[in-house]
Amino acid sequence: MKYLYYPGCSLQGTAQEYNQSTRAMMAALDIELTEIDDWTCCGASAAESVSELLALALPAINLAIAEAMDADQDILVPCSACYLNLRKVVETVRQDETALARVNEVLAEKELHLKGGAKVRHLLDVMATDLDPEALRQRVQVDLSHLTIAPYYGCQCLRPYPVFDDPEEPRSMEPLIRATGAAVHPWSMGSKCCGASHMNTKMEVALELVHGILKGAQGADAIVTVCPMCQMNLEAYQDKIVQHYRDVQPVTILYLPQLIGMAFGLPDDQLGLNLNLEIRSDFRNKRTAVPA
Amino acid sequence: MTAVATQNRPGTESAPGPDALKAIQDKIKSCIQCGTCTASCPNEFAMDLTPRHLWRMVLMGDTEDIFASQTFTLCSACYTCSLRCPRGLPLTEAMHDLKQLAAKHKLPRYKASTAFYGHFMDTVRRHGRIRETEFISRYFMTMTPSKPLMPLKYTSMGLKLLRKGKLHIENPFAAPGKQSLEAIFQKVESMEERA
Ligand code: SF4
Ligand code: SF4
Repeated sequence: MKYLYYPGCSLQGTAQEYNQSTRAMMAALDIELTEIDDWTCCGASAAESVSELLALALPAINLAIAEAMDADQDILVPCSACYLNLRKVVETVRQDETALARVNEVLAEKELHLKGGAKVRHLLDVMATDLDPEALRQRVQVDLSHLTIAPYYGCQCLRPYPVFDDPEEPRSMEPLIRATGAAVHPWSMGSKCCGASHMNTKMEVALELVHGILKGAQGADAIVTVCPMCQMNLEAYQDKIVQHYRDVQPVTILYLPQLIGMAFGLPDDQLGLNLNLEIRSDFRNKRTAVPA
Repeated sequence: MTAVATQNRPGTESAPGPDALKAIQDKIKSCIQCGTCTASCPNEFAMDLTPRHLWRMVLMGDTEDIFASQTFTLCSACYTCSLRCPRGLPLTEAMHDLKQLAAKHKLPRYKASTAFYGHFMDTVRRHGRIRETEFISRYFMTMTPSKPLMPLKYTSMGLKLLRKGKLHIENPFAAPGKQSLEAIFQKVESMEERA
């Protein structure tokens, strides 16, 4: 299998371990990723707050480059915000010729042209839909059956486009987690919002939302995420939340491909495990303990 | 219409008039005021107007109360209301439209959000990709005259990122690079002015 790959800005910076572990997991499965040439920022959650046209044009630049590279390959996107921005362009121009014309008028500045037929896929979609859990299971070399993992989906890989999962009660990570041998933590917070960029502009509101998620995850050994913003919000402010609310214990937060990679027995440095802000000692000890 | 409201553009500084709401009103005109959006919103606890109430004010053209409220800036784009609205209205998009209006008019009440997004977009404009250190330092520079302690809330996270080698010390005034999107931004601005 082959995909075009749009890593996006976060995966070059604060979420390097998501990039590394995605590439390592895919390589272990003989899946080829070709990075989109000279890709640029998709606008993140900022463009849509300043200009509708810019919010279409920025992702469209990358789609046009991808179409020119290989119009038949799906575009794999690990970041949920990038995924939604790219996908939204495809969904918008499919129904709205004027929007397509306007976007192309902008892209002409860079001598690019968008046709609009690209297939944009979230990493979780590819993992849940294109990979066979049985094949994953056969690749597993490290038994993680003593771990309980809480699947956290966040918002934008599920909504507004319900493509590969139920947008409110998602389950698509469960077979993947079970394939590693680990148990799935039963909870209802997997599709609740982490506050997204509120953490930067309205921190108290975001802390309240993250607190609810951490509370729901108590008892799990780790939460797995599929988005750099979710990861950052859940991971980076736990000391504040623990101190302020006093009813939660900190939890280790991993990217989903890091968990799969651990089960495959890939070395920690290939999975960027040294880059997570905090892999807690209780998780580290339990991970290496021999399963009962 | 005014230019893309990135930080280095002046914007108009006057409150949007009732006409400004026309496009948003068209999007949500079949609202039946059922309140499903309010019940679905994870940020409702922090809002001064419920989403249902906000849509009512949009339909009434009550710009004064809309732009006295923080409700639309408290939308974190979770898309739950859009998914559940029985009329299938594009509510998250309508929230974005209100944010865009506030940014274009440079309303001081929304300074934190406008500055955050504005600096973010300026960095992208200059370099094609986001440079986290550059845009965060510029954001703090805008905010600190009125909220001098604000960056402290982020020190613990910032130190963690530094320790992990995830923050690159960049010159916040570095010249635009070869991936600059200046031409794209200018084009968007000229098309929006024309509209
Ligand atoms: S859910 Fe839709 S119809 Fe109901 S109040 Fe909200 S916007 Fe109106
Ligand atoms: S999309 Fe915005 S307004 Fe709608 S439920 Fe989510 S946070 Fe609330």
